[in-house]
Order: sequence, then C-alpha cells, then structure tokens
Amino acid sequence: MCLAIPMRITAIDGALATIVAEGLEQHASLALVPEAAVGDHVLVHAGYAITVLDAEEAEERMKLFAELDEFEAGQRDGLD
Amino acid sequence: MTSARIPALISELRCEARDGLVYMEVCGTHTMAISRAGLRQLLPAGIKLVSGPGCPVCVTSTADLDRVVALARRPEVTLATFGDLVRVPSSRTTLAAERAAGADVRVVYSPLDAVNLAQAEPEREVVFAGIGFETTAPIVAAAVLEARARGVANFSVLSLHKTMPLPLRALLDLGETPISGFILPGHVSVVTGTACYEFLASEYAVGGVVAGFEPDDVLEALLMLVRQTAPTIEIGYRRAVRAEGNLVAQRLMATVFAPSDADWRGLGVIPGSGLALADEYRESATEERFTIEIEEPIEPKGCACGEVLRGVLDPADCALFGSRCTPADPVGPCMVSSEGSCAARYRYRDVDGVV
Amino acid sequence: MTAADRILLGHGSGGKLYRDLVRDVFVEAFANPILERLDDAASLATSGRIAFTTDSHVVQPWRFSGGDIGRLAVAGTVNDLATAAARPLALAAAFIIEEGFFMDDLRAICASMARTAAEAGVAIVTGDTKVVERGAADGIFITTTGVGEIVVDHELGAQSVRDGDAVILSGSIGDHAMAVLAARDEFHFTTTVESDCAPLWGLVEVAVAAARDTAPAAAARATAPASAAALRFLRDPTRGGLTTVLAELAESASLGVEIEERAIPVSAAVRSICDLLGYEPLSLANEGKMVFVVAPEKSDAVVAALRAHALGRHAARIGSITAAHPGRVALRTVLGTRRVLDMPVGELLPRIC
Repeated sequence: MCLAIPMRITAIDGALATIVAEGLEQHASLALVPEAAVGDHVLVHAGYAITVLDAEEAEERMKLFAELDEFEAGQRDGLD
Repeated sequence: MTSARIPALISELRCEARDGLVYMEVCGTHTMAISRAGLRQLLPAGIKLVSGPGCPVCVTSTADLDRVVALARRPEVTLATFGDLVRVPSSRTTLAAERAAGADVRVVYSPLDAVNLAQAEPEREVVFAGIGFETTAPIVAAAVLEARARGVANFSVLSLHKTMPLPLRALLDLGETPISGFILPGHVSVVTGTACYEFLASEYAVGGVVAGFEPDDVLEALLMLVRQTAPTIEIGYRRAVRAEGNLVAQRLMATVFAPSDADWRGLGVIPGSGLALADEYRESATEERFTIEIEEPIEPKGCACGEVLRGVLDPADCALFGSRCTPADPVGPCMVSSEGSCAARYRYRDVDGVV
Repeated sequence: MTAADRILLGHGSGGKLYRDLVRDVFVEAFANPILERLDDAASLATSGRIAFTTDSHVVQPWRFSGGDIGRLAVAGTVNDLATAAARPLALAAAFIIEEGFFMDDLRAICASMARTAAEAGVAIVTGDTKVVERGAADGIFITTTGVGEIVVDHELGAQSVRDGDAVILSGSIGDHAMAVLAARDEFHFTTTVESDCAPLWGLVEVAVAAARDTAPAAAARATAPASAAALRFLRDPTRGGLTTVLAELAESASLGVEIEERAIPVSAAVRSICDLLGYEPLSLANEGKMVFVVAPEKSDAVVAALRAHALGRHAARIGSITAAHPGRVALRTVLGTRRVLDMPVGELLPRIC
C-alpha cells in the first residue's frame, strides 16, 4: 500500500543519500538498506529507501520512463 | 506507463483464463493502479477482480480516527500526519475541519519530517499518526530510533499500524466469497518477503503472486496466477522483492514494535495483527503521554465500507455509491481515502457510469 | 538593515510616506504616462466591446523557480482577458502588504510586474496600497484588474462549442504547481521544473488569426477582419488544472469531451514528482497554458500557429467535443481503456499510501 518510486543514489553522507529521478532530487535515509551504494537504484517510500532494485531492470525501466517523455506523444500503438 | 508487452499479456490471458476466476488484491495502491489504468476493461470476462482490506486508512476504525482527532484538539499538540488522513471522516469531523477550527495539523511526507519538526519546535508536543502496513512501519520505527538518538523528547507515535498476513487468514476463515488467488502486495512484500504468505497455499489451497504496480506488472501477475497448476506463492515483482524480504527492516520493526490486537473496519478485532511500541520504547508511545478520551464512535449511517473491505460487496453495488456517497461528499473512508476501493472505482469509472 | 528597508504601517496611511512609496516604488517600476498623473482614476479610450476581469493572488512563497507573485498577478489577469479574445488595454494593481515586508522584495515584485506587463504590451495605469499589521496578511496580497478590447465579433464560450470540435492544449501541464510546491519546501525536494507563468495574449492572438475564415468570399468582403468564429472557446487551466476546465466546459455546453492521455504533454520531471507524492498531473495548476476549442477544419492551422510561437512549442490537439456522454469528460488511457475525469476534490494532498 505504498507509493514508492525508483530513484538512483548519486551521493551518500552517513545514512543520508542524495537520490535522483528524472528532473527530481531528494534525500532519503538508507537506514533500511545500509548496503546501498552510490549508483544503486532504490525504491523510496516516505523518505526512506526500502530496497535496492535489480540494476539492469531498473535502468531499463527508467529509460522507458524517459522515452515516454510526452513531447513525443502519440507514437505508441494502443490496443485496438 | 505503458509497455509493449501489454497487448501480448492481454491476449495470453484471454487464451488461458478459464471462467469464474476471482482474484483479490489486498493493497490499496494496487486498487488504485488497476482502476486508473482501466484494467478491468481489458480482462477476459472470466476474470473478476475484487478488492480486499488493503487500504490502511480505510481499515482504521472510527474509534481510532476519533483518537487522532482528540489528540489534534489538544492545544499543546502538533499532529503530524500523512496527507492520506486529512480528509477522512471520523465520528463527527475531519482533520481538515479541525485544522480550519484552529488545530495544529501538519502534513508530512516522511515520519523523519515529524522528528525534525519536533526538534525545531521544542515547545510543541509532536504526535505522529502512524498508519500503514509493513512498508511504512519499519520507517516509523527508524524515525523513533532517530528521535531517541538525537534526544528529541517531544516526539511520540500513535501507532495505528497493522500487519498484512493475519487479515487474509481472517478473510478466508469467513469464507464469504470464493477467492481463486491473491494479487499480493508489492511493497509490503519488499519488507516481509514471501514466507508469511505460504499458509495461504498450504492451509487454504489459495495461491498468490506478489505483483508490482505498473499495468504490465499486474497483468503479468494475473497470468502467473492463471497458469498455476497448484496453489503456490510466487514473486512477479522480481526487480524489487526477494523471498527473504528486507531483513534490516524486519529487525527494526521487531525491535521497536511488538504485536498487539488491532481493530479492523469490516473484520473486527484481529489478535496480534497490530503493532504497538515495544516495552523498551513505550515512552515514545503517545498513549503513555496523553490519556486519550473519546465519546462513543458514530459509524456513518448506511455505510457498507466493512463489506467492501472484505470483498463481499462491490463498491458499485453499495446503495450509497455515487449518489449519497461521492469523493466530494463522502460517507465512509473507502470513498475518501486516496486508496479506497470506492474512491478508485468512482474516480476512474467509465464515462457511461459503468465501473 | 534599517527600518527604512521594510514596509511600515505608515506607508499605507495616505500621507507623505505613502506618496513616497507610490512614487519611488510603484511609479518608478511601472513607468507610464497615465500612472504618472497619479489621478484617482485612469482615463482610457476604447472602441467596440471590452472585456473586464479581476483576480487576487496569494502565493507562498512569493518567489519560486520561473516566477513570482508579481508575474503571476500580471499574467493571470492578462490571460483571463485573453480567454475573452481581448487584447489587454490597461491593468490596475491593488496591494495589501503586511507590515515588515522587505522593501527590496517589493521592488523586485514590481520590477517583475513591469517586465511581464511589457511582454504583454500593457501598462499598469492605476493602483492602491494598504498596509496591515504584522500577522494580518500573509506577506503580500495582490489583486489585479484588467480591461481589454475584444478582437473578435462572435460570441466565445461554451454555448458556441459543437459536437466534433477539436480540443487543443498549448503545452505541458503541471509545471507551475510543482514549481511552487518545490519552493514551499514542505516535502524537501529540488527539481528542474520551472513555473510556466507567462502572459498569453500574443499566443491567443496568433490562434485567433489562424482561426479566421480565409475563404475567398470572406476575403472579398474585407471591410472588417474575417470571422474567427471557428475559435469557439478559450480557458486557462489554473487552479484545478485541465480536468476542471474540461469538466466545467462539458457541463456548461451540455456536451461530452473526450481526450487522449497519450496526447497530453507532461514533462518527465513533473511526472516524477507526481509519482513520488501521488498527485494527478491533469488536476495541477498552470499559469502559462491555454485550452482552445476550435472547429475541426481549423484545428491543424491553430496547432501549427501555436507551435510557431515561443509559448506554444508543445501545443497539441488532445481530444474532441462529442455528443456522447453530455456533461462528462472521458479520458482514453494509454492502454486504450476509458475512464471519466472528474474535477479534483478538496485541497491538493500528497499521499504515501
């Protein structure tokens, strides 16, 4: 039940990480994922990273999100 | 977000699904995601999706909501809460109305923000209304520890947290509606792992798949459920969920919280399904600092949220749905909560009114 | 920092301090012959129909990425006039300022208002200032009132909208709301999103021109500008966002609206923030966007004209008016499924659950 979005760690200062998504930068606590490292993709919920995402899939997904940047809207096929 | 896999997933589902399949999702974020994408319109007629008690706000009892209001009314209290609670009706009022009347209600994105608030305003008693399941509880636990470490004494938690697996058992024991399988919560499972769901398959012969939240994630989980030859617990959301879960988060929860009895709207009291602050952390529990007195809770008249939460009543079949009870003028929490089944159905209904 | 660096109660009391403030801050910034006369009322001349509108502006904080309350105040009223296809003729600005407000901040706000007004080709010709005690206002409140000359002969509005008309959006949505949210720093994030706050008269002017009937018969009768009746309806999606504009249109017109989710421009950064906090981009406030409803045969021309303009680069047709489901707005999702779009309810609240 929880909104959590994938974000990438760009810096770590103690237990606090700087995390980024497209056009967005935030800080999150790594208290729940102490093993996380710079460059990892993590799921962030309510100011905390809750897991480290599988790197390959996460990268793929984030690229997918960026590609769907809507200024090129209208390319994708619908279902009918 | 769409994915090129979706047409293929739909057509495979249409091929492989039998009739009479009923899948229950038990996560408010799944409820929302399914309705928002209009997934029901894409599924073959043989698959029915039902919502269960997955919205932590909806399953909070009216009495507990009244307790939150009672605290907010105290002049020395700053009530810090997630946005989700602000418009939910309690017996007589909402936090939004209380704030307009002068209560100090602050919306926070993270419980850590509440700790920072307490540190910045030492003259206030900051009470954090802790709602949420196992995704959120470890985070609140971490915030409690953080407050301790920093010596922030004016911070306490009113824990209304609940845990997931036990209400599923209660639901199945009630046996009110046949369930072919569960779409299991994606982010709760990030923390808990999957062992806690094994009993569904072994004791009740009901399978489950842990699903992610994108439309293709949900469809993939449905396909996995349809394909199960024997009831099993599987992970569809592989990029985020591991079978063992997040051990650090589990330990945090177990250290700061202890199981307690919790009162679930629609299911009544389920022993051991709640989380209360553990003995060594009782001084961070709001109930230790304030005697919280409430009047007899008033359940909204005609409200069928309880039945909706058990998956027995489809939101569209509630007599009040869309007429007396709408997001603008809600009767019960299922319609006002950002993840409520009724809210999801209503807000994302088809334009002809078909939900 | 001395007391002279802040607004005092005396500045609102009508005496010398007030006159000095008007001269040194407002007239200095807005600099135009009508204002400089400092009459109690400005005299204007106009021909034809006029549009008249007013708007109050309260925003915290007063400055955010891409704009400030001053720019908002001018652009907001210019844009309201633009929805009536009215070229802005003159603006009035009334200020309610909290005692203690920094003079430098007021100067910056006025400079921004002057800049924005110049972009829109309009002057601020009259105004008023009141000062209230500390705590009685949230920094500064600005009310702008505008008068404009309507450049079309036909009736714009929901009653002119027809089954089959095209619904066009001038660009990406959600930018302003998320820029202000970031500036408020309640949820502690930084973003590349900037408010889209801008005066849109120039953009509307090119759309009106593109909508004009250029058939030879009409050109032959060229004693007056060709009819722009193909342009049916204009509205800017401010508070309540796109969904509110469309829902109100559907209700007023007693027609349905169908839009395509995939056609609606939303920047990746806005999407990230919405995913993080649980917001719906379609319901977020914009301050530099316009919704046009246009006869279908003019849709391509209007979109092209908008895209050729700096403020309409990402303009797109997002849907159509329909006789089906009158009073309701339907969204076709990127999956091809369909759902209704209701107006947002209550305050904008983030969710974590």
